[in-house]
Amino acid sequence: MDFLRPASWEEALAAKAAHPTAVPIAGGTDVMVEINFDHRRPDHLLDLGRVAELGEWEVGEESVRLGASVPYSRIMEHLRAELPGLALASHTVASPQIRNRGGVGGNLGTASPAGDAHPALLAAGAEVEAVSVRGTRLIPIDDFYTGVKRNALAPDELIRAVHVQKADGPQQYSKVGTRNAMVIAVCAFGLALHPETRTVRTGIGSAAPTPIRARIAEEFLNSALEEGGFWDNGKIVTPSVAKQFADLCAAACNPIDDVRGTASYRRHAVGVMARRTLTWTWESYRGARHTTEGAA
Amino acid sequence: MESVRPPKSPGFQGTSPVLARGGAPNGVPTKVTQGSQTKGGIGESTLRPDGTLKVTGEFAYSSDLWHEDMLWGQILRSPVAHAEIVSIDTSEALALPGVYAVMTYDDLPTDVKHYGLEIQDTPVLAHGKVRHHGEPVAIVAADHPETARRAAAKIKVDYRELPVVTDEKSATAPDAILVHENRDDHHIGHVSHPNIVHRQPIVRGDADAAAARADVIVKGEYYFGMQDQAFLGPESGLAVPEEDGGVHLYIATQWLHSDLRQIAPVLGLPEKKVRMTLAGVGGAFGGREDLSMQIHACLLALRTGKPVKIVYNRFESFFGHVHRHPARLYYEHGATRDGKLTHVRCRIVLDGGAYASASPAVVGNASSLGIGPYVVDDVEIEAIALYTNNPPCGAMRGFGAVQACFAYEAQMDKVAGELGLDPVEFRRRNAMEQGTIMPTGQPVDSPAPVAELLRRVKAMPLPPERQWESSEGADVRQLPGGLSNTTHGEGVVRGVGYAVGIKNVGFSEGFDDYSTAKVRMEVVAGQPVATVHTAMAEVGQGGVTVHAQIARTELGVTQVTIHPADTQVGSAGSTSASRQTYVTGGAVKNACELVREKVLALGRRQFGSYHPAWATAELLLEGGKVVTDGGEVLADLVDVLGDEAVEIEAEWRHRATEPFDLRTGQGNGHVQYSFAAHRAVVEVDTELGLVKVVELACAQDVGKALNPLSVVGQIQGGTTQGLGIAVMEEIIVDPVTAKVRNPSFTDYLIPTILDTPTIPVDVLELADDHAPYGLRGIGEAPTLSSTPAVLAAIRNATGLELNRTPVRPEHLTGNA
Amino acid sequence: MRVNFTVNGRPQEADDVWEGESLLYVLRERLGLPGSKNACEQGECGSCTVRLDGVPVCSCLVAAGQAEGREVVTVEGLADYARQRSWGAAPGAPLDSPSGEGTDSLTGEGAELAPIQQAFIDAGAVQCGFCTPGLLVAADEMLEHNPDPSDADIREALSGNLCRCTGYEKIMDAVRLAAARQSEGV
Repeated sequence: MDFLRPASWEEALAAKAAHPTAVPIAGGTDVMVEINFDHRRPDHLLDLGRVAELGEWEVGEESVRLGASVPYSRIMEHLRAELPGLALASHTVASPQIRNRGGVGGNLGTASPAGDAHPALLAAGAEVEAVSVRGTRLIPIDDFYTGVKRNALAPDELIRAVHVQKADGPQQYSKVGTRNAMVIAVCAFGLALHPETRTVRTGIGSAAPTPIRARIAEEFLNSALEEGGFWDNGKIVTPSVAKQFADLCAAACNPIDDVRGTASYRRHAVGVMARRTLTWTWESYRGARHTTEGAA
Repeated sequence: MESVRPPKSPGFQGTSPVLARGGAPNGVPTKVTQGSQTKGGIGESTLRPDGTLKVTGEFAYSSDLWHEDMLWGQILRSPVAHAEIVSIDTSEALALPGVYAVMTYDDLPTDVKHYGLEIQDTPVLAHGKVRHHGEPVAIVAADHPETARRAAAKIKVDYRELPVVTDEKSATAPDAILVHENRDDHHIGHVSHPNIVHRQPIVRGDADAAAARADVIVKGEYYFGMQDQAFLGPESGLAVPEEDGGVHLYIATQWLHSDLRQIAPVLGLPEKKVRMTLAGVGGAFGGREDLSMQIHACLLALRTGKPVKIVYNRFESFFGHVHRHPARLYYEHGATRDGKLTHVRCRIVLDGGAYASASPAVVGNASSLGIGPYVVDDVEIEAIALYTNNPPCGAMRGFGAVQACFAYEAQMDKVAGELGLDPVEFRRRNAMEQGTIMPTGQPVDSPAPVAELLRRVKAMPLPPERQWESSEGADVRQLPGGLSNTTHGEGVVRGVGYAVGIKNVGFSEGFDDYSTAKVRMEVVAGQPVATVHTAMAEVGQGGVTVHAQIARTELGVTQVTIHPADTQVGSAGSTSASRQTYVTGGAVKNACELVREKVLALGRRQFGSYHPAWATAELLLEGGKVVTDGGEVLADLVDVLGDEAVEIEAEWRHRATEPFDLRTGQGNGHVQYSFAAHRAVVEVDTELGLVKVVELACAQDVGKALNPLSVVGQIQGGTTQGLGIAVMEEIIVDPVTAKVRNPSFTDYLIPTILDTPTIPVDVLELADDHAPYGLRGIGEAPTLSSTPAVLAAIRNATGLELNRTPVRPEHLTGNA
Repeated sequence: MRVNFTVNGRPQEADDVWEGESLLYVLRERLGLPGSKNACEQGECGSCTVRLDGVPVCSCLVAAGQAEGREVVTVEGLADYARQRSWGAAPGAPLDSPSGEGTDSLTGEGAELAPIQQAFIDAGAVQCGFCTPGLLVAADEMLEHNPDPSDADIREALSGNLCRCTGYEKIMDAVRLAAARQSEGV
C-alpha cells in the first residue's frame, strides 16, 4: 500500500490520474473502517487532508459551493440558514467525533444508500463538482447515484465540491434508527419546499438500492398545492393530500429486509416521515408567510 | 519485607520484563493511602484505588501490554457454521516473511486438545470439523498484526459444509445431525436427545389439581434474543515464555485459576509452570468466564520462544466469547379471582449453541428461579439447553434468571389484566417473603422484601410529562428518535411498567464455591500496613476498593496495599454470579480476623503483663492501635508488630449447597437470593415504533452496602444492560446458515448516553445473617427486572402484546 | 513510511509505519501512549477519542499519515492541556515541568489531574475504565466550549462515547461536578 500525500488540488488530480484505483481518504470515516477490518487493501491511499480548499465553502447568489471535506459539524454550525436540510441531516450523522471529520464528499464517494447527506442533497437540489486532469464537470445529483455503492464518477475524477441550492423555503430531514444517537439509518427522508418555483422536492435514503427522489409523490403534491392555491392562501395542507403524498413516498421505495429493519417497516416509516416533514415545513412556510404579510 | 516489594506483574518496573509502553505501572494492584484512623472502612463510599491510573490513561489493560521482541498472534476462524475440514494447507502462510509460526490441531503438543468450564467439549483448534461460525481453525504468530492477518488469509482450508441444526425442532428431531457425537459427559444419561446439553425439571405440589381451582388461566409463549456482553475492552493478553520452559500469561479474565486448570493440560505443563497475572480488564459481564485467546497465545509463545500478544478486534470479539442464551419460554399461570396464583407451568428452551460452556448452570438457574419471586405451591418447570450450530452461549450477567424474568413478569401483567387488578397490587398479593418455600423445596431464610421493593419504586415521583417541550420548540434529544429528528411530539404516548426479579448469588447446586485470601500485616516506614493478596479478578466492579475497606475495618489500619491478582495465591473463584464481595470479601474478612488473632497474641506475649485488659477484655484494632471495646488504648500496632510480619493465607467458604434432584428438582441448591424491582417510564412514538426510555427507577435490597457509591453504580449499570436487551440489543443469527449477521458495533447496538434515562436508585439494607456483614450480592439482580419493566411500559403505551425482546420498531408498527 | 507530528506538546516521529495503520495504532504501539483505547475501530464507541488540531476525533479512523504535521492531545496530556488552558497559555506548547513527576508509581497518586479527571474519580464515573479516556477528552472539550451545559447538552456531546459499565448516570454526575467546580473557580 502506498500513501500519497498531495499538497495541493492539482497534485491530487495528477495522483488520481496516475493511479485511478487510488482510494481517496479525507475524514477517513468510511475508508479506515474498511482498512481496519481488512475489507479493503487498496494499492494507494490518496490523502486529501492537505488540500485546504476542500474544507472551505463559498456562499453564492443561488447556491453554496460546499467543499467536499467540510466537516458535518461545520455545516451544522455555519450553514443552517443556507442549507437547513443538509444541516439537519448533518446533525444525525454518527457521533460528534465523526461529524468533526466526515464531510459530504465521503458520503457521495461511498454512495451508500444509507449515507445521511443524500436525501437532503436530493431534496435541496445539488450538483456534484467532479474534477480530473481532463477538466471539471457538474453532475446533477439526480444522475449521480448509479447503483448500490456506485456513482457517476470516472476513475480519474475526484469530488471537489457539491453545489447545493440555497434554501428558498423551509426544509426538513428525518431519519429512523434503532438508537437515539450514533446510528446508521434504517431509512431517512428529506423534504424541501421551493416557494420560488412552487415545487417540492424529496429525498429518500436506505429504502432503495440508491438514494432516490419520490418523483410521483412530488408531482402529486406540486399539482395538489397548485390546484388548491395553497402557496398563495397559506392554508393547512388537507390531511387527505398529506396522506396521499405519504403513501406515494412509501410507494417510491424499493427496500430490502436486513439486520437493520424490514422492507415493510422501511416503506411504512418513509410514509410517516413524509407526512410529518410535510407538516413541519408547511407550518413553517405558513408561519413565514404570516410574518411577511404582517410586516408588509 | 517480601510483600511490599513491587510484586511481579506487567507493570511493576524493575521486577518484570513486561512493561506497558511509556513505563506506566500496571493498574490492577494498588496501594491505598486515603483516610486516617480507621476511616475508609466498610460502609463508606471510598474512591477506587485504581481511579487515578484509569483517568490518566496509565492503567495497563491486557491490550496495552508490550514486550521487547514481541510477536502478534492472529486466529483464523471458520467462515461457515458446520463443516467437515477436508484439508488445511499452511505452507503459503509459513512462507510469508515475518511469520514465525502457524499452528493447527495437528500441532497441539499433548493428548489434551479440548477444554471447557464444566464439559471439556471445546477444541483448542478445530479438528476435522467446525461446529459454529467463527470457530478457531488455525493460529499465526508474526512480527506485525498486518503480517499476521495476511498470513492467516493465506491458509487454505477446504470445508465440506454440513447441514445445521439451529432450534429445538431441528436439533431434537430423531434423525437430527449430532453436534457432538460420542458424548460421555455426566449429563448425557438424563437427556432425551444427544443435542440436549442438560435438562432440569422441577415439580412441586400438584399443578393439575391447582389448575382446576384457577378462575383464570393465562398462557404465553416468549422469545428472548441473543445478547452480547459487549465489554469495551476486547479479548487480549500477552504470553511470555520463561526460562524454565513454562509461560507467564498476563490476561484479562474473570477467574485466573479456572483458566489455569484448562490451559496447563493443553500445553503439557504442570500448573506451576503456567504463571498467570491479571492484566487490566475492560469489563466482563460473563463474557470472560470461558477461555478465548489464552491457550492460543501460550501455544504460540512456547512454539516461537518469543512473547506473543493477541488482541481481538471488535468483529472477532463477537466470535471470541459466548453470548447470553437466546430462549424460547412457554408459560401457563393460573390465578383465583381474589388475585392469588394457583399454579405455574413453564418450559424454558435455551439455545446453548455449539459448545456447552455454562449451559448446565444456566439451565439450573432458569428452572429453579423460573417462576420468579412469588409464592406458588404447585409448579411444573422444565428447562433444557440445546446443542446447535449457533454461536456458543454461556455466562452473561444474571444468566437463566434474566430470560425467565422477562417471561414470568410478562405473564404476571397478563394475569393482572385478566383479573382487572393493578399489576403492582397483583404482585404484592403473591410476593415471596422470608420463609417462603421455593419450587425446589428450599426455604428462603433471609429477608425477601419483594413487596416492599415494588412499593418503593411505585412511590417514587413520576417524571414530568412532555419534558421535550421548551420555549424554542421540541428538544428532539428528549424525544423518541433523538437526534434523528423523527417526531416533535406527534404520535408520542407515555407508558409505565413494573417488574421484579429474583437471582441466586454465588455458585449453586453443590459447587465448592470458595475463595482464598492472603493477608499480611507489618510495619513499613513506621506505619502499620496491611497487604491483601487474592486472585480475584477486578473487572471494574470495585472489588479492590472493597477489599481495602474490609482490611481497614478489620485491622484498624489506614494503609492497605492490594497485591496484584495472580496464581501465586489460592483461587478466588470467579468474578461472576454476584459473588465476589460475598465470597472473596468473606475470605479477606476471614483472613483479617485470623491475622488479628495472631497480632493480639503477639501483643499479649509482649505486653500482656502491663495491663489486665489484655487477658480479660474484647480487644479491637482501631486507628493503628490495640484498644479495648471500651476504647482504652493498650498498645500501638507499630510496637506490637515490631520487626515481625504476620501473614495468613486461608480459604473461606459460604455454607454448602446441594444439587437439584434430576427428576424433581428438589434440593437446597442456592446460598442466597438477591432482589430488585424496576419502574420504567417510556415514551413511544407509536407511528414509527421508536422508544425513548424516560426514567428507569430501581429499588434493590443489598443487605449491607459496603461501598454505597459502587453499589449504586452497579445497579445503574445492570439496569442499562437490561434496557439494551429490551429495545435494541440482539445478535442476529441467520436461521438457514447459522451465521452471525451483525458482528459489529454498527449493527449490534448498545445504549448510548442519549438512550439511557435517569436511573434513580433506592437502596434497601436488610441484613442476611448468613453473609459477611449481612451483605447481599448485587451485580446481577438489576439486569433481570429492567428488561420486563421496559417491555411492560411499552405494552402500557401501545396496547400491544409484545412477546419477544428486544422489541424493534417493526414490532410496534406491525411491519415485522 | 515515516510520520512526524506533535503529541501532547512534544514532537514525535514514528518510523516504518505501515500505510494502513491508524493514528490510534501509532499512538498505542509505536509511541508508548496506550491511554487511547481500541474498542471498536469503526468510530462507534469513542474510546479512542483524541484531539486533532483541537478537535475531538476517533483516532482509529485517522490514517497515521494524515496526522503528519498535526497536533494531537491524548488522555495522557489532558492534565497539562487543561492546566495550560487555565493559564491562558498557547495550547500545544511544550511544558517545562510535565505532570507525572513525583507520582506514586503504584497508584498514580500525586499526579496532577485535569478537573474533569478528578470529577470522574470523585463521582464514581469509573468502573472498568476502558471508555474513560475517550469520555474525558470529549467531556473536557465540551466544557471548554460550553461551561454551563444542560443535561441534554451533556448527553448530546457524549453520545459518541459508549460505556458498558456505569449506565452513564455517574458520568453525568462527573460532568456536572466538573462544570460546577469550574464555575466556582475551584
